[in-house]
Amino acid sequence: MFNTYNPLNNSMFRIMDNFGKIINTDYFPDLLDEEILKAYHDMLFARTADLMTVSYQRQGRIYTYPPNYGQEAIAGAAGKIIQDDDWLVPAFREMGAYLAKGATLKEIFLVFMGYEDGSKFEYAKNMLPTSVPIASQLLHAVGIGYEIKLRKKNQAVFTFVGDGGTSEGDFHEALNFAGVWKVPVIFIVQNNQYGISTPFRVQTASDGIAIKSIAYGIKGIQVDGNDFFAMFAALKNASQYAKSGNGPVLIEAVTYRKGPHTTSDDPTKYRTKEEETEWDEKDPLKRLKAFLNDKKLIDEKAEEILIEQYIAEIDRQFSEAENYPKYPLNDVFDYLYDEMPEDLKEQKREHEKFLKWKENLKM
Amino acid sequence: MKIMNMVNAINDALDIKLKEDESVIVYGEDVGVEGGVFRVTEGLQLKYGAERVFDSPLAESGIVGTAVGMAVAGLRPVVEMQFCGFVYPAMNQIISHASRMHNRSRGRFKTPMVIRFPYGGGINALEHHSESMEALYGHIPGVKVVIPSTPHDAKGLLISAIESNDTVIFMEPKRIYRAIKQEVSEEKFSIPLGKAHIVSQGTDVTVIAYGAMVREVQKAAVMAKNEGISVEIIDLRSIYPIDKETIKESVKKTGRVITVTESPRSFGVASEITQIVNEEVFLYLEAPPKRVTSFDTIVPLPKGEHHYMVSPEKIFYEIERTVKY
Ligand SMILES: Cc1ncc(C[n+]2csc(CCOP(=O)(O)OP(=O)(O)O)c2C)c(N)n1
Repeated sequence: MFNTYNPLNNSMFRIMDNFGKIINTDYFPDLLDEEILKAYHDMLFARTADLMTVSYQRQGRIYTYPPNYGQEAIAGAAGKIIQDDDWLVPAFREMGAYLAKGATLKEIFLVFMGYEDGSKFEYAKNMLPTSVPIASQLLHAVGIGYEIKLRKKNQAVFTFVGDGGTSEGDFHEALNFAGVWKVPVIFIVQNNQYGISTPFRVQTASDGIAIKSIAYGIKGIQVDGNDFFAMFAALKNASQYAKSGNGPVLIEAVTYRKGPHTTSDDPTKYRTKEEETEWDEKDPLKRLKAFLNDKKLIDEKAEEILIEQYIAEIDRQFSEAENYPKYPLNDVFDYLYDEMPEDLKEQKREHEKFLKWKENLKM
Repeated sequence: MKIMNMVNAINDALDIKLKEDESVIVYGEDVGVEGGVFRVTEGLQLKYGAERVFDSPLAESGIVGTAVGMAVAGLRPVVEMQFCGFVYPAMNQIISHASRMHNRSRGRFKTPMVIRFPYGGGINALEHHSESMEALYGHIPGVKVVIPSTPHDAKGLLISAIESNDTVIFMEPKRIYRAIKQEVSEEKFSIPLGKAHIVSQGTDVTVIAYGAMVREVQKAAVMAKNEGISVEIIDLRSIYPIDKETIKESVKKTGRVITVTESPRSFGVASEITQIVNEEVFLYLEAPPKRVTSFDTIVPLPKGEHHYMVSPEKIFYEIERTVKY
């Protein structure tokens, strides 16, 4: 794929059109109907969880949350390609990939409720926690890639960043290092057209992101990020390419952030209804559903029941998170050093003395 | 006079300077169209155009580095870093150039620029949004560090910062962005950098703070007053240059000093003040100088933040111990 695709032509790689019709059979993935249906259901679950998380936030039950709404095909496809042994080095807007890796919703909720404990993601093998400082995680992915290469492991690293993140120096350093070291890292740029309020054209004068791969001497491809099949095929090829020792791949997944940047953001300030409506037509779930519908694989009644089950499951995990134990003082101190320095122990003791005094103050 | 919160007051200062000085340029991430994530620059692009108030690409090093270039070329950039935790990509430009160009060129090139950003905890934010790292900046030779504690001060200090021919780090306590409202003159006025402000006179103990901690100290002072303790409160306003005179005069009078910061304890502003007092007015002291700070730990996420944030009770606790020493 990467030897024939030329990012300079700037043609977007697509397999399915906006109506679920297959327009590129050459790359149509080798997936069974059940597998496609399962992928659709996973995306549906991620969307349901995402929408519910937004409503929990509106009810004041969690703090700020960055919705994934509209971008589910990217993480959905990545979730199918990333193997247990592969690494996931995430940003913060790819919930489907977190879940596929084994992170639980409960843990994700805990983070947004304000507990570091959530970030342990203890059932997710080879996955780093969320990285908030934009683009900084990409370099970690390259370092992990180096270890894989050095020890000749059959693994790849999948790392995420947004279009805004491609403006940071770290993005360019990561691509450059990855190219020089020829490490098995797949950079997935979710180009959702905005970094908070800032439109893509303010981030770069370049026609796209995939094109930037050329200057770093690595492979790159621009993909319709709302086309599950295209994302699946590109990621699958990238994974094979990287694991065969050919080096990194840059995938620009063109998509749209249908929701606000976070629950504190108001997109009406910087974009139009028309634009939003235009992207509604390219909605990733709608498209995959249309495809499945044509194949008579959609049963509306069953889907309704499924969504009911999802809601119950999401609510269950949410209430588990809500009933999480109180945050003890020790948790502030215990995770900074391998062994806690004396001075820090003393700071804690001093504070405990104050707390005793405070209790008496109340009486 | 007009009732303003700190967001309004900073916006007003920017408005005044943009209007009267065509060399003033305002930019940063989401600063233009949206007016910043805290709406501090709201309306300014409409008023002054997208050439003077604009959104930059998402790159802090890029923002500060280009500001250095603009400044040496004769503009007065006022750039925004979106949050305290996201200044670090720009540290190289701040430490290696913004603070040194003047010295390196022996005064030929100056960098009259302001780097402003919200800082501090207590707003239930995600990771990297709550730090109070003023000590990092105070440690850099060649920059000034300013932190307002009220809308009035924010306006007057920012006007001075923009007019200063040096690089000024202007840290905004976002916890009180909207929490404190007061009457602020709509006219242009300035407050000198490097001068502290005596918030209230007292005789028993001097408590020094800045930013969001001033309000916490005021609450603690009320608790102390109920116990018959008279607190003198100093709002530092500038971390650097630091107003030694005001500190010394106050400690000579009270004989006791406590510094309150929401930053980690070690190597911080409180330690600096303690040493100034020790070196210069040691013989007036009736008790050891004290620090009330957060711990030397990472700011916890919201569910643990109450453990970390300095409370009025903790300040009062230290006031009582110091007075009874
Ligand atoms: C270094 C850094 N600067 C600024 C921010 C504040 N911030 C958080 S998200 C964001 C926009 C990110 O846009 P993009 O990379 O396109 O990702 P998206 O949010 O669209 O998924 C910004 C500026 C940050 N987290 N890190």
